Amino acid sequence: MTVGTVIIGAGQAGLSAAEALRKRGYAGPVTLLGDEAAPPYQRPPLSKGYLSGELPAERLWLKPEAYFDAASITLRTGVRASALDRAGRRVLTHEGEAIAYEHLILATGGAARRLSLPGADLPGVHVLRSLAEADALSDALSGARRLAIIGAGYIGLEVAASARKRGLEVSVLEAADRPMARTASPLLGGWFGALHRGYGVDLRVSTGVAAITGADRADGVRLADGERVEADLVLIAAGLVPGTQLAEAAGLDCADGILVDTHARTSDPDIFAIGDVARFDSDLYGRSIRLESVQNAIEQGRAAAAAICGAPADYDPVPWFWSDQYDRKLQIAGLIEGADAMVRRGDPELGAFALFHFQDGVLIACEAVNSAPEFMTAQRLIAARARPDPDRLRDTTVAMRAFLS
Amino acid sequence: MAKITYIEHSGAQHVVDVETGLTVMEGAIRNLVPGIDADCGGACACATCHVYVDPDWMARTGERESMEESMLDFAGDVRDNSRLSCQIKVSEALDGLIVRLPEQQG
Ligand SMILES: Cc1cc2nc3c(=O)[nH]c(=O)nc-3n(C[C@H](O)[C@H](O)[C@H](O)COP(=O)(O)OP(=O)(O)OC[C@H]3O[C@@H](n4cnc5c(N)ncnc54)[C@H](O)[C@@H]3O)c2cc1C
Ligand code: FES
Repeated sequence: MTVGTVIIGAGQAGLSAAEALRKRGYAGPVTLLGDEAAPPYQRPPLSKGYLSGELPAERLWLKPEAYFDAASITLRTGVRASALDRAGRRVLTHEGEAIAYEHLILATGGAARRLSLPGADLPGVHVLRSLAEADALSDALSGARRLAIIGAGYIGLEVAASARKRGLEVSVLEAADRPMARTASPLLGGWFGALHRGYGVDLRVSTGVAAITGADRADGVRLADGERVEADLVLIAAGLVPGTQLAEAAGLDCADGILVDTHARTSDPDIFAIGDVARFDSDLYGRSIRLESVQNAIEQGRAAAAAICGAPADYDPVPWFWSDQYDRKLQIAGLIEGADAMVRRGDPELGAFALFHFQDGVLIACEAVNSAPEFMTAQRLIAARARPDPDRLRDTTVAMRAFLS
Repeated sequence: MAKITYIEHSGAQHVVDVETGLTVMEGAIRNLVPGIDADCGGACACATCHVYVDPDWMARTGERESMEESMLDFAGDVRDNSRLSCQIKVSEALDGLIVRLPEQQG
């Protein structure tokens, strides 16, 4: 009997790999280990519809309970892997169990970054990555009037929008000179900043935080310039720390993520890593990248399954991502880092527009606000390393379809 | 509850009861109907939940909204009765709905 594939991390990527193994007819046992109590669920709504109260928890599950039996996937929730025994090809659990594998997939995601600020450990200070954290945040919002959010990335801004919908006063404090500074262009970041201010968010950029204040509970934030912002609770939204601990302890190559090749294989040929935790070489962008998106979790999971089934295919995606804030849908295709020219299509004043980013004349990214045709077309153009004519792109009388022929 | 029939491209039929308030996409996922990937989980961002609504039901499933319209524009093999199933809310009025699945999503 074969010992099969063990997947550590029952999130978006781990589930995708398990599902893809079965779709490909993989015959061995598939075991999906997750340390959370909940079955695999969608994280995107945690800062959006789930937090604003529009979506109940049971609509977060990625699969119904019956799926796992039907697909013969052994889902074990509430089980934490604590070490890898590579020589013995076993996963050791927190409870002292040893689970043998032929192939192992690390799909451990990561944890919300906590800041080493004074006061960061006070009750009333929240982070948001898991359902349990979303529930804690949501409960705290119920009794609160004012929320302070440290960090104006996607999660910080989405929570700001959801909290405004729930009627709270919201301050967002960002150290960089604009929102979404790490991944979005200045124009887009500025536009979202104005959107949030229009909805009444007290958004402050170029604003350092010195401490979270409060004696036995957070009661606000002290800024670097000494000013105090009062709040009933504080959310630290400062990004993700990839969950590389198991891999590092087992001696796998890691560098801000577990390093994998284009088949999602780590430096140990029997071990794969996928999703938010994995860093791989992008041929499209000519550098190593680590993506934090649903698309990447799903597709890299499929790539690992393909390799395990003996049908490896190079994983070289055009990254894409979406974010919903108020009634705006942002869709981003590609990565903007390294862009040297930008073309705007549509009118930001009217709330629907797209920004196309080029490097040496090649389209590398598109940021689309309520502009799905631009987003969808850009995905294909970026994959083809196309050089669309900037003047025609700017011209909204030229349909996006025209660029595909 | 509404009874919905999902017909796979192969012709295989799945007749299932779907709670009102869910979407036609969720009805498929919850009842293990294969062929709807729904990568974005219903955010109208991926176009991998494409279905063909039976012509008799088109009036009752309502109009596409503009975001859905644009996303569909880029799905494979789009027809007049194409919809993104995550954008169709299930109500009692859809009891008996029939949708067909395209050959491949995405
Ligand atoms: C609030 C929020 C909003 C988001 N919005 C969007 C969005 O709009 N669009 C988008 O594309 N992406 C969004 N994302 C990102 C997206 O959710 C992630 O990219 C995706 O979930 C990554 O999947 P994953 O499987 O790699 O990690 P996860 O989904 O985090 O799954 C990893 C799992 O592994 C478990 N685990 C870790 N270590 C162990 C261990 N030792 N033993 C057992 N289990 C372990 C973890 O507890 C977790 O359950 C959002 C994320 C968050 C948090
Ligand atoms: S599930 Fe993604 S568009 Fe319907």
